[in-house]
Amino acid sequence: MAKKPVRFHLNGSEKAVFVEDGQNLLDMLRRGIGDLTPKYGCGQGTCGTCTVLIDGEPHLSCLTLAETVEGRQLTTTAGLASGNRLHALQAAFMEGFAAQCGYCTPGMLMAAKALLDRNPNPSRQEVVEAISGNICRCTGYEPIINAILEAAKSGDARHYG
Amino acid sequence: MIEFRKEYFADERDDNLNEIGKPTQRQDALGHVTGRSPYYDDHLFDGLLHIRCVRSPHHHARVRRIDTSEADRMPGVVRIVLGKDVPQNLNTLLSLLDFGLDDEPLISEKKVSYKGEPVAAVIAESDRAARDAVAKVRVDWEELPAVFDVEDAVKPGAPVVNEIYPGNLFVYHGKYDHQKLRFGDVEAGFRQADRIIEGRYQMSPIEQAPTETCGAIAAPETNDRYVVYTSTQALFFSLDTTSKLLKMPSNRLHFIGGTVGGGFGGKVDSLHEPMAVLGTVLTGRPCKYMFDREEEMQVGAPRGAERWYIKDGVMNDGRIVARKFIGYFDSGAYTRLSSYAIIKGVGHLPGPYTIPNVYADVYCVFTNRTPATAMRGFGITGVDFAIEAHMDKISYEVGVDPIELRILNAYRDGDMKAHRRLAKNTALIECCQVAAEKAKWPLSRQAQQASSLRDGGGARAEMPPHTAIDHNGAVTGFTAGSYARGNKKPGQAQPVSMPQMPRHETAPVTPRYEPAARPQPQPAPVATQPAPPPPAQTAADARRTRFSSISGLRRR
Repeated sequence: MAKKPVRFHLNGSEKAVFVEDGQNLLDMLRRGIGDLTPKYGCGQGTCGTCTVLIDGEPHLSCLTLAETVEGRQLTTTAGLASGNRLHALQAAFMEGFAAQCGYCTPGMLMAAKALLDRNPNPSRQEVVEAISGNICRCTGYEPIINAILEAAKSGDARHYG
Repeated sequence: MIEFRKEYFADERDDNLNEIGKPTQRQDALGHVTGRSPYYDDHLFDGLLHIRCVRSPHHHARVRRIDTSEADRMPGVVRIVLGKDVPQNLNTLLSLLDFGLDDEPLISEKKVSYKGEPVAAVIAESDRAARDAVAKVRVDWEELPAVFDVEDAVKPGAPVVNEIYPGNLFVYHGKYDHQKLRFGDVEAGFRQADRIIEGRYQMSPIEQAPTETCGAIAAPETNDRYVVYTSTQALFFSLDTTSKLLKMPSNRLHFIGGTVGGGFGGKVDSLHEPMAVLGTVLTGRPCKYMFDREEEMQVGAPRGAERWYIKDGVMNDGRIVARKFIGYFDSGAYTRLSSYAIIKGVGHLPGPYTIPNVYADVYCVFTNRTPATAMRGFGITGVDFAIEAHMDKISYEVGVDPIELRILNAYRDGDMKAHRRLAKNTALIECCQVAAEKAKWPLSRQAQQASSLRDGGGARAEMPPHTAIDHNGAVTGFTAGSYARGNKKPGQAQPVSMPQMPRHETAPVTPRYEPAARPQPQPAPVATQPAPPPPAQTAADARRTRFSSISGLRRR
């Protein structure tokens, strides 16, 4: 199978990788780059666990061809914190008990970040819509919705570690 | 929001429940929000191989022949594994606790009993190569009639789902085709009752649907060991099952788990770890065996469906004097944990109520459905749904307020339960009172003043004067050996002589097993057990030990 070079920015760093025909972005990020924060949940675009941002917009990496990110800016949960300083969303998720098993959390954080970046003061309904493509089986969503609203309100990053 | 009502049992605990009711940060929360928590699939190995299974498209079929010749030649295929490659290809999950006979192969050889049952596993350089090769494995199937309903499955002439249990019923303790509970005499109780109220309750199977699919990665380690990263919820089940199926001492297995992307019970079945280690043993390379989403939903074991028949003898004032259960658990094609769920469920009957005559026959039935397993309170949740729906039905038919009906029949401290232990630490009455208060549901003065601490025990602590026993469903020819004690070889836990098991509808056979001695097993039901003394209000406040550990010591 022919391999094709792809160059892009991941969380601000320049990356270059060879991708295979038909390889999806999730597989390329996890196995090709080693960024394990996007997770596999369904491989068919129904669970949102693999959500990443491409030029600031949320995308399902399991349904995105890896070669299509040539020249784009990608953001994953690995790029949310700066050093030991957590992003406001991460801090709110911790303090609001919005993560239980944690498997959906990276996808939720990406969907929430995309929302807050374009709408810093969302209504509850807008939060619900923003995460409507992300499945959580543990929390029942309420703590997640509250954490996103809390992060929007505080806007604070917190220091951990 | 947690609200404490310590006033109810104010004299019982002198501590302030230091942790309960206060938020405590999870130790893994930082890993979760940074995406650094190490799930099994987050372990990367150079040269990782991928395992995908050839699965049955049929619910029930014989395997005439498996032709892997074309698949063997596919690019990227390293090895195709068949049932004969599994060193000990028959197991039951609880065999290490001496509970049940080995009845399930890791990879089926001759027959499949549910849709999705694996008959071969392809190990390949990539997931895609494995999938392509799976499509090229040719299986010559002979489709067999299938049975999907628990009561159809136990009728004479039903297709035999699981050859180890030819009657399609799990055998308890080598002796009975169902789990029994006998306490008092329900038939006498029915005669004494003002009315009989019956109900039938049917639950559906429920898929746990964790966001992380089940799986495991195995790799050769130093010192001739294998390391296994797994999503299991039951690390030692998985370790021991792998050790048994692969005939490999467990000190050669280094299992790493603990970070589970949602389980809810569905990650205890230990299907992936033995397969991943087997792949690694056969190829010498790291192997991953992981359900995709479709497999998780179709092949992954759900909470089993349950069917319950409840027949109650009820007095006109709402007191329940007799309760009879006939229950059917749909175990699917193999035992897994259903037989255990029934033991747990029967210990829970008749629910949190003091009823002097209780009877239960509960069957663990094999059908051609996906094998069932654990999920959140399994064994209890289904029958509790049935019991509480039935309580509402009684309330409606007798004309007693539903909450008052529960308070009237609730067990109280010191009452004898059907499993022959005195009730302790009961609080159903208080829960009902708080629920009514929250819902602004009016309760009578008497119900408001009832207490779990009062009016229990005494005559209500007595064993029934007579317990009606029977030997319905006794079976012969089943060994009750012990894998753990080593007095039988694993995999030889076969019935001594095959289909001799009488169906449960057949007449009682001569008992060859005396149930554990009951206090005064009277020859005939002369007097019926009277209704429990009505829980009248008394001033006596018996100070009993309520909070106690399993060992019976008071915890302070």
